[in-house]
Amino acid sequence: MTLDEVLGLYNYWVVICLMMTGFYIVIARKNMIKTVIGLNIFQTSVVLLYITMGKVTGGTAPIIPPETFAHQNDHHGLVHETASDAVDEGTLETVDEGASEAIHQSAELIYSNPLPSVLMLTAIVVGIATTALALALIVRIGEDYGTVEEDEIQVIDRNERRNNEYHK
Amino acid sequence: MIEFLEYHLPVLLIIIPMIAAPLSVLIGNRRIVQWLALTVCWTTFGLALWMVAIVNSSGPVSYELGGWAPPYGIEYRVDQLNSFIIMFVSGLGAIVLTYSPHSLNAEIPQSQHYLFYPMYLLCMTGLMGICVTGDLFNVFVFLEISSLSTYALISLGRTRRAPLAAFQYLIMGTIGATFLLIGIGLLYQMTGTLNMADIAAHLENQRQINDGQWAGSRTMLVAFAFLTVGLCIKMAVFPLHSWLPNAYAYAPSVVTAFVAATATKVSVYAFIRIVFGIFTPRFAFELLPLDTALWSFSLVGIFMASIAAIFQQDIKRRLAYSSIAQIGYMLLGISMANNDGLSAGIVHMFNHALIKGGLFMVVGCFVLRLGSVHLDDWKGAARTMPWTSLAWVLGGLGLIGVPVTCGFISKWLLLTAALHNNLYSVAILMLISSLLAVIYIWQVVEVLYFCEPSEKAKQATEAPMLMLVTTYVVVGANIVFGVWTTYSAGLAAKAAKALLEGGSP
Repeated sequence: MTLDEVLGLYNYWVVICLMMTGFYIVIARKNMIKTVIGLNIFQTSVVLLYITMGKVTGGTAPIIPPETFAHQNDHHGLVHETASDAVDEGTLETVDEGASEAIHQSAELIYSNPLPSVLMLTAIVVGIATTALALALIVRIGEDYGTVEEDEIQVIDRNERRNNEYHK
Repeated sequence: MIEFLEYHLPVLLIIIPMIAAPLSVLIGNRRIVQWLALTVCWTTFGLALWMVAIVNSSGPVSYELGGWAPPYGIEYRVDQLNSFIIMFVSGLGAIVLTYSPHSLNAEIPQSQHYLFYPMYLLCMTGLMGICVTGDLFNVFVFLEISSLSTYALISLGRTRRAPLAAFQYLIMGTIGATFLLIGIGLLYQMTGTLNMADIAAHLENQRQINDGQWAGSRTMLVAFAFLTVGLCIKMAVFPLHSWLPNAYAYAPSVVTAFVAATATKVSVYAFIRIVFGIFTPRFAFELLPLDTALWSFSLVGIFMASIAAIFQQDIKRRLAYSSIAQIGYMLLGISMANNDGLSAGIVHMFNHALIKGGLFMVVGCFVLRLGSVHLDDWKGAARTMPWTSLAWVLGGLGLIGVPVTCGFISKWLLLTAALHNNLYSVAILMLISSLLAVIYIWQVVEVLYFCEPSEKAKQATEAPMLMLVTTYVVVGANIVFGVWTTYSAGLAAKAAKALLEGGSP
């Protein structure tokens, strides 16, 4: 692998670094809040993975420019109408010029793939739901045990079990 | 009207519980919500039975969500395999909910009941969705719907350990789901589509273009690894099972019965679908040694979990470990990747759902009357609760695999499949492991029947009629499907055949 190839894949390096950071925090941290933060970083790395995979070099947002759209609908009347709707009367001239230029270029216009971004909207919602539920559980654990450190909770549980056996 | 319903059947299975869930939060009245949930669950089961009938008479059904044709739109696709899974998952969901009222009153504060039912319905939605959908990203979404509601359900348990168990499950489950998401992303990157059948077709095309070489096989390997590990966490395959014992042990009894009977099975289904429907067995088992890996993990898991079960004094935990072992049997069948093995695995999914659902329902009855899941408190309970104890014996015989119970059918099919494949060591180990099941079931039977009654057992009375009847329906089904195998084993064999022949769903 040459240096260019390594650098060309920079988005994957970012994703992998974030992923491993998040994963490590989840495994290594005993504080529950930190575990949830790690989980969030882990999930965010996946969001990045998807978003970067949808990006096409030189591609724009997958929205048809208004000028092209107007041109496709009608030839001249509509262009003027939409253009004057959107912009001040004074700049009509330049917009008109821009529109014809856009029409000229429309054949070469490249769009990025919108689907991964859309999928990630869903994944983000799922992530938020997970985080909210996790934090709610932590609140209850914190109220019941008085701590959110997993090793301290283990000690409390073990003592409780030992006490129960002692009373029997 | 009938035609309209029939056309929209696949989506109705999901939509009905999904709409009922927020509705019941809005209604907020415990009694109304309870009846609503019951109606919804039984309706779903009825629709699922109808679905099975349709698929059996006229082949797989494809449904275009919102009228958008696949592969661009989301496709719901029901064939022999998933109609079978839908049928028993919705059936057990309905019967466990019918069983639930007394147990819920005892274990969950009444003010929270109207929140319990929406969670239950959402969990149903998710499980149904995973089965019905033919779209890979949808699998992830539905998996998260069912998992999130399961975490919430588990946290309803009485002790303070319940939220802790739910939290640990949440962390493991989310890691699993995120792995799945990464795998799906990589597959999408390779093929540009999320429709399962379409992905399979793309992969096959690329393979043929490249003279039988798997195109971009490194990305595919990584995707496959992520999907497998992610689903293994959800299935609780042996080294990744650590979330399961606590989650099952501290959840309310009703939740344990429902989740134990359905959730892991649906994950196994998703795994089968991904291995056989998308990657094809040739990729998974010939290029990769997934079969060896699966059966070695399964066997180690069966032994470790069964031995661990013997030493558990907490009976819910004992059954939880036994669940881990039983997942091993299912994977053992699947790893053989031929008709016999696969149909044995599928049949065991069904049988184990019945057995474990039934046994956890029995535990729920004892918990209601004895207020404990500790083995010592169950001593001599057979004198005051004879019918409940008998149900345990019948369910336990099923788990061990005694003839005339459905457990025997799945063990028999597995054994013959192993012998057909010349896996003699596997067959012998399987038989030995069944003896371990005898031990951990018999210990409980012995405590129930041959011990002096404990203080709690002396005061106990027989479980309420409703709970007993529903428990006996499930336990009875164990025996019915142990004798009348044409339905369960026949459907499973057809499903396995369709999977292996069709390749794609």
